[in-house]
Amino acid sequence: MRSRQPALLWLPASLGALFFVLPLLGLLLRAPWAEFVGELLSPPVLQALWLSVRCAALATLLTFVFGLPLAVWLATAAGPSRTAVRVLVTLPMVLPPVVGGVALLLAYGRRGLFGQWLDAWFGLVLPFSPVGVVLAATYVAMPFFVLTVEAGLRSFDHRYADAAASLGAGPWRVFTRVTLPMIAPSLGAGLVVAFARALGEFGATITFAGNLAGETRTMPLAVYQALQTDPQGAIVLSVLLVMVAALLLFLLRRHWLRVA
Amino acid sequence: MVVACSLVGCAPAAAAPHPIVVFAAASLTAPFQALAAAFEQAVPGSAVELHFAGTPSLLVQLREGAPADVFAAADENNMQRAAAADLLVGAAQVFASNHLAIVVTAGNPQRITGLEDLARDGLRVALCGPEVPAGSYARQALAKAGVEVRSLSDEPSVTALVAKVRLGELDAGIVYATDVTDVAEVAGVAVPEAFDVRARYPIAVAAAGLQRDGGARFVAFVLSPAGRAILRDFGFGAP
Repeated sequence: MRSRQPALLWLPASLGALFFVLPLLGLLLRAPWAEFVGELLSPPVLQALWLSVRCAALATLLTFVFGLPLAVWLATAAGPSRTAVRVLVTLPMVLPPVVGGVALLLAYGRRGLFGQWLDAWFGLVLPFSPVGVVLAATYVAMPFFVLTVEAGLRSFDHRYADAAASLGAGPWRVFTRVTLPMIAPSLGAGLVVAFARALGEFGATITFAGNLAGETRTMPLAVYQALQTDPQGAIVLSVLLVMVAALLLFLLRRHWLRVA
Repeated sequence: MVVACSLVGCAPAAAAPHPIVVFAAASLTAPFQALAAAFEQAVPGSAVELHFAGTPSLLVQLREGAPADVFAAADENNMQRAAAADLLVGAAQVFASNHLAIVVTAGNPQRITGLEDLARDGLRVALCGPEVPAGSYARQALAKAGVEVRSLSDEPSVTALVAKVRLGELDAGIVYATDVTDVAEVAGVAVPEAFDVRARYPIAVAAAGLQRDGGARFVAFVLSPAGRAILRDFGFGAP
């Protein structure tokens, strides 16, 4: 039984909704729809889009490989070490991405803490390369995945895992055959939201990876670039990114948009 | 909304007059900070608010109605675009000039002596984007010298480009001569006169501002002998 909400809330609520509607309307009303398809299919846009999709997909893969074990550890650990790791993992979510980019430079740049060894030993320089784009995207996207999956693991009923273990299944078998399938919705949601965040990454990317067509100029950087020379083109790209984001949210509707 | 505005200062405060808002190219950061301080001293009760960014970014903000009183650009093309879009009051005037320099790590460990060295294999070089005045000048200079450089990135402003040389991520870039003085971690290598491009900085009163008279006074101050002296102190040439 739901209690009645005070009517006083409706006015600020509608203003709040309007606050989000108007920017969308601004984009949609000023978009040059006649040239929309032509602009989208132009080589620089396709190049940026393809680069964005590849880098976001790789970032999502890295997120899965390293983020899933992190989430499992966070869901089972306790005490101050867990709190510390949790804060570390969550930090990129609240940090301005450009700060993340500077931090990445100082760590993985050519003169960075770790980057100088990469350069000395393997001749690997990450900034100004597509690998740098993937790294920057992973840095900002992984926290979303880890927190989503950790929440899934915490609400998972451990009696299923215990039952499987009592029937003789080893820890790896229990993890892959029982735990993972049961948290599949969280895994899927975490992957989609990480991919969306990776796709939209701008600040850390332009700071850490630079801005070069075909190499490191992803869609958000192309929007920024276009805004300075061709505002109409920037609007087209923005509308495309809004559509992609809306599609990803549609995929997530069960998980992130559901009413608990 | 009102509370939010007063917290972040988008509403004019009752006590202080609205400041004169100056949009200036990133390469003007140091001299304009000094110019603003000198102006505030010369005109009691005045306040100058400075915004620095790459010239094209400033133009975008002006186009979308940012309430600037003064626009100081790093090239005449962008200023002409502003004039064509009716964003200015009166005509723009050139107030300073600059020339190009190769920015390298302090001590010049890669022994870069001229533009042709920038094409060397294994050297990490970047330029500003072609839409940024410094990027367009750099490409003109390279074309004059017949040198082809593989730029690692189209950097959004000279300040961003110099920062990456300071951090050691880049070995070299092409910026203005004034960008490399007073920065400990970098040094400048002169571009030979034959290939150099003289950058001319125009300034104008912007139409969207709330302090049109104040804007005109600030422009006059920049053009005055006192203003020119400050610009000269920071290495800028006469218009």
